[in-house]
Amino acid sequence: MLRGALTITLLNLAEIPKRIGASLVVVIGIAGVVGVLISVLAMADGFLNTMERTGRPDRAIVLRGGSNSELASTLARDATLAIMDGPGVKADDSGHAIASAEMVAIVELPLRQSGTAANVTLRGVGPAAFRLRPDIRIVAGRTFKPGLREVIVGKNAMTQFSGIDPGSRVALRDSEWTVVGVFDSDDSHGSEIMADVDTLSAAYRRTLFQSVTVLLDSPDRFDAFKSALEHDPRLSVEVVREPAYYARLSEQLGRILTFVAYTVGGIMALGALFGALNTMYSAVSSRSVEIATLRALGFGAGAILISVFTEAVLLSLLGAVIGAAAAWAFFNGNAVNSLGGNFTQVVFHLRVSAGLVATGILWAVVIGLLGGLFPALRAVRRPVVDALRGAV
Amino acid sequence: MALAVELRQVVKHYRRGKEMVEVLSGLDLAVPEGEFLAIMGPSGSGKTTVLNLIGGLDRANSGSVTVCGERIDSLNGAGLARWRSRHVGFIFQFYNLMPGLSAERNVELPLLLTHLSRAERKAHVDIALEVVGLSDRRRHKPSELSGGQQQRIAIARALVADPTLLICDEPTGDLDRQTADEILVLLQTLNRRQGKTIVMVTHDQKAADYASRQVHVDKGMLIAPEDRP
Ligand SMILES: Nc1ncnc2c1ncn2[C@@H]1O[C@H](COP(=O)(O)OP(=O)(O)OP(=O)(O)O)[C@@H](O)[C@H]1O
Ligand SMILES: [Mg+2]
Repeated sequence: MLRGALTITLLNLAEIPKRIGASLVVVIGIAGVVGVLISVLAMADGFLNTMERTGRPDRAIVLRGGSNSELASTLARDATLAIMDGPGVKADDSGHAIASAEMVAIVELPLRQSGTAANVTLRGVGPAAFRLRPDIRIVAGRTFKPGLREVIVGKNAMTQFSGIDPGSRVALRDSEWTVVGVFDSDDSHGSEIMADVDTLSAAYRRTLFQSVTVLLDSPDRFDAFKSALEHDPRLSVEVVREPAYYARLSEQLGRILTFVAYTVGGIMALGALFGALNTMYSAVSSRSVEIATLRALGFGAGAILISVFTEAVLLSLLGAVIGAAAAWAFFNGNAVNSLGGNFTQVVFHLRVSAGLVATGILWAVVIGLLGGLFPALRAVRRPVVDALRGAV
Repeated sequence: MALAVELRQVVKHYRRGKEMVEVLSGLDLAVPEGEFLAIMGPSGSGKTTVLNLIGGLDRANSGSVTVCGERIDSLNGAGLARWRSRHVGFIFQFYNLMPGLSAERNVELPLLLTHLSRAERKAHVDIALEVVGLSDRRRHKPSELSGGQQQRIAIARALVADPTLLICDEPTGDLDRQTADEILVLLQTLNRRQGKTIVMVTHDQKAADYASRQVHVDKGMLIAPEDRP
């Protein structure tokens, strides 16, 4: 049967040039599905990957109890001091806690590409912030000086927004601030602007902080730290390990992107499926006499089924390869900014991974199989004598 | 002499909408081995239907169909397909060659259902092409051959697996007189030299004259020539 199926398949494939238009419908349809699916999933993947890299297990972020994100949280100064005093917080050589009480605000800046305004996270950080986050490196200029209206900008923020190049002046609240340096960071902080927390709070006339991030002696001190703070009657706080916090923030957007990928991909897949069905139905009906002749000669239904399936799947696979290659060529490594957890822009890079390509190919195969199934069944169900009469 | 084909009280009807059209109403037909039988009759009388029943392409509503010693009305679909590939060669009015395959690949098709090796298949194909006199056209596509040549290729395909029975539905219906005569001579030779049993449907009295016996189908029954009005 396999030898027969192989011959019939080759026979069918040799006829594709005659039906090149219809065959291209399948290939292009599937290329579109796979291209879109892979691109959007690559976005979700890249975003989640960036957010996952933000945070270390030996760092904890403390928010007011019940607030899901920093923006919704407020902490008074004495609370921040009590938090930094908590058990397990690492101290530097001079005995100061490696921790940073921070203020977070949102500023609107014009996007380089479109000129439209978008949100950027502005973070006021304490003096120990760079010891707390050694992954933040100054790559141009210098860091801000406390007391002066100076900010440093993340490299990703700089590439996405205009008017924040080193040396430029930015209006924050009522005053002008100077960009004195650029910092790099692999994580979502790279999309932020930072300044000294006390100087920034004064300008914003704020007395409350949003969060405290602390470095622990070791990751396993987290539980003790958490339980001490959460049971402290003076405080009403929530203590979250940093990676868990960012995972929580990114979860929603990651879910939305994944949902979009599968919904848009699904709708397109339905279209491609109808294209494939149409093509295979016409392929099968244009060959009905040939199929009937083969069956008269003794070829079984199985060989016919396999040949129709193989043709549909091969066309789909060709589409999948084109779609995946296009997604990879156009998007792999591309920077994209998008609303992050705080509804501010987070810059991340699309990742077209082997896993995503495999997902795309799997979809293509399923579409091909379904698109071949009904035409194949029609081909083998049609009584041989009727199909042969069709010849006359 | 043993019978190659035996139809007994075969009834065949088709449903056309609500209407039931009885095409064969209790047809009896016996074809001894080695006979070259011509079936004639007016259009729509059921000639093709009879051939389809003998060739195991269609099923009777009642009656028994015994071909090459087997009750083929009791075989299932797959069994019938296997039986066809072993016992029957089909020759159609419009040749029904695969347009994408060369002559030799067309002839080889039935052998793909056997366990023969590539070399054995080639040997069989060579012989079949030689019998029909087209060894030199083996690499041609059907579209590069004349109608008569295409029908010869189709005959080679019908012969290649060495079936005992050849079934031909208007094999010369699409050919001019001279080409038709050549094809009929070829069929006659196959019948006489190789002992193939042939059942051929034709409209053409001249074609029927090549056969060793003629029968007429009319109104769902078989009529011997002497009974005809
Ligand atoms: N699948 C079918 N459904 C309904 N009626 C059918 C079907 N197949 C054949 N018939 C009818 O059965 C009758 C006999 O058909 P058949 O093809 O056997 O005739 P025939 O003698 O071969 O005619 P021709 O000389 O024109 O080829 C015709 O009236 C035809 O319309
Ligand atoms: Mg007929």
